[in-house]
Amino acid sequence: MPTDTLSRTLHALADPTRRAILARLRQGTATVNEIAAPFPVSLPAISKHLKVLERAELIERGREAQWRPCTIRPEPLREAAAWVERFRELWEDNFRRLDALLETMQAPQPPDTPSTPENES
Amino acid sequence: MNSMKQPKPAPRPVEVFPKGDLEIVMTRQFHAPRQHVFDAWTKPELLRQWLGVRGGWTMSVCEIDLRVGGAYRYVWHKASTGAELAMGGVYREIVPPRRIVNAETFDDPWFEGQCLVTLELDEKSGVTTCTLTARYDSVEIRDGILATPMATGVEESYAVLDSLLEVRKPDGFAGVRPAATED
Repeated sequence: MPTDTLSRTLHALADPTRRAILARLRQGTATVNEIAAPFPVSLPAISKHLKVLERAELIERGREAQWRPCTIRPEPLREAAAWVERFRELWEDNFRRLDALLETMQAPQPPDTPSTPENES
Repeated sequence: MNSMKQPKPAPRPVEVFPKGDLEIVMTRQFHAPRQHVFDAWTKPELLRQWLGVRGGWTMSVCEIDLRVGGAYRYVWHKASTGAELAMGGVYREIVPPRRIVNAETFDDPWFEGQCLVTLELDEKSGVTTCTLTARYDSVEIRDGILATPMATGVEESYAVLDSLLEVRKPDGFAGVRPAATED
């Protein structure tokens, strides 16, 4: 089990159901039943996902109410988003240069090396 | 006279998402044949034109011994500050022009250990999808990336947050197959 915040966040985000749960919670606090409703999996399975999210501090669960409503906590997500953004920006920058290079590779002849295809010797 | 103009590439931006505990997957599309993309990744004279050469960084060393067990080594240099960044590794698997698996290690102490990188190229109707999977063997290495001097300043971005939260199909690669391309 990952121990640092970023790893816990990424681990929690690596599962599509958990990402969907978080997407739902971005719209507002919800109970377990409300969260589980759109998913084709059992309530215990959803509870397990919620535990992972809670351990990663991606959600908070109410203490007083017996239905323990879940609320999203944005801080670890922001940290993960910043990390991913850094990674993404770096590569997008690389790949824009690669686009330009690939375009020149597809050009039939570079303009500075004139050669006529019919009389090659 | 053959004056066919290639359409200006209109690629989708890079997509990055976590997969499992230790992997980061990145996809990008190119309006180019797969062989060209493969060459751009594996021929030094091509690679040094684009990889990591931003903001005053140039590639002073780019050596590639493209065979299983062969090594590669890249060194970037920034003249204005004298900063240097070096990395290299060994090829584990090479299937031209489809797939390369290699170990990757940075020299600097802020990035100890290694990372296993898989490059996969898939061509469909003139569009090549490049999928890069980086598998880090420990939390420390992944954190080390945060300190990368080549990395840009951080902009906390809710757009990225949205993409992180986007529901994807569980089995990564098939789930990010590109949508129909505009012709």
